[in-house]
Amino acid sequence: MTDQTNNPTAADEFLKGIWQQNPVFVQALGMCPVLAVTNSAKGALGMGLATAFVLVMSNIAVSSLRRFIPRQARIVTFILIIATFVTVVDYLIQAISLELHRMLGAFISLIVVNCLILGRAEAFASKNGIVRSALDGLGMGLGFAMALLCLGVVRELIGAGSVFGVSLLGDRFQTWVVMGLPPGGFFALAGWLLFFNWRAEARARKAAEAEEATS
Amino acid sequence: MSAPESQTSEAPVVKRPGMWPIYRSVVGIGLLCGFAIVVAFEATKPIIQRNQLAFREQAIKSVLSGAETTKAFRAKDGGGFEAAAADAQGGDLVFAGYDANGKLVGLALEASGMGYQDIVRMLYGYSFEKQAILGIKVLESRETPGLGDRIETDPQFLKNFGTLDVSVTPDGSEVAHPIEFVKSGEKTSDWQVDGISGATITSRATANMLRASSEKWIPLVRSRKEDFESK
Repeated sequence: MTDQTNNPTAADEFLKGIWQQNPVFVQALGMCPVLAVTNSAKGALGMGLATAFVLVMSNIAVSSLRRFIPRQARIVTFILIIATFVTVVDYLIQAISLELHRMLGAFISLIVVNCLILGRAEAFASKNGIVRSALDGLGMGLGFAMALLCLGVVRELIGAGSVFGVSLLGDRFQTWVVMGLPPGGFFALAGWLLFFNWRAEARARKAAEAEEATS
Repeated sequence: MSAPESQTSEAPVVKRPGMWPIYRSVVGIGLLCGFAIVVAFEATKPIIQRNQLAFREQAIKSVLSGAETTKAFRAKDGGGFEAAAADAQGGDLVFAGYDANGKLVGLALEASGMGYQDIVRMLYGYSFEKQAILGIKVLESRETPGLGDRIETDPQFLKNFGTLDVSVTPDGSEVAHPIEFVKSGEKTSDWQVDGISGATITSRATANMLRASSEKWIPLVRSRKEDFESK
């Protein structure tokens, strides 16, 4: 389509949040839910999808209202919009599954203060069209959900020997209780960050080698 | 449009032209958001209530094995119990479970107390026939995952229930042997709760809240068993 890299396609807007600019593993945003609700895969996925929903909806709302909102009032209106969608998602989760709502507890309301959502509203949705903003929100939201799921699966597997409540490691596996506790969140996050940085470094080295070979 | 112009004469603010769009956007979006929240609340309210009732129903059936239908009762002021609406709320409710033939299986009662992190609420099943606590179901808990939450999963701990003795004294005025907590593996009598090593505080809290609730409720409900049988 476009030959310039500084004019990203719609697919790029969507994909950048999932991989290149993953909110958790690359940008390290929204760490509170990342550490707090990822002790089970189910809680992590629920939290990730709830955040993605709020992110998409707030991006659409901010983008469609962006000409109506003066610069001086942007933060207060963005927070108002985000808080509204968080309240809506709170009711929705209660309607879908009380058990999930019990598991996530106060962290649903705390989606409001997730800097990822306000960050995307301010940095992207307030400057771009509705479709692009929705795609950006969807990509970032799914990237966030994927990252939470990565942590949740690892922590639940090692901490309780199961994934999504299905026992995988059998009764003889001595569970590492610490992985279900707050420190386990840091351990799992550190492990994944290590993995992602190692991948990025390996790729950069390969690119440099390829360049050397061609020159 | 006339509102800001009428104010210009008395308010000596420098940035006059900028104020109206700010008011307009904040108030306008605030109204829209308020409306959206009301719509979401009204739309999900019946579903949420249904979920809560279904959750309670399931909890009652899980502590009264064999129960097919359930019914809520409330303690009357002058003693005795009266039927409450199926969707009644509150901590003073007693639930009766009936088997397929309409025979009373037992009662589900609520117990709550301080755990390790926060208040723990649970439902427990009581059998008139066995004079024992049949099972527990945690309704609300913030106990440590992997430690305190084992009161829901630890098979050794759950073995306490089913035969946990809460029989009353011959005159029926009190529980003959109040529930006691003992350390893991030291259980010798049917009214003792064998703790979980590694989750001592939560398992002791469970025993304590069951003792408090059973001492309060069991003599009361036992003396009025007929209130629950008349379906």
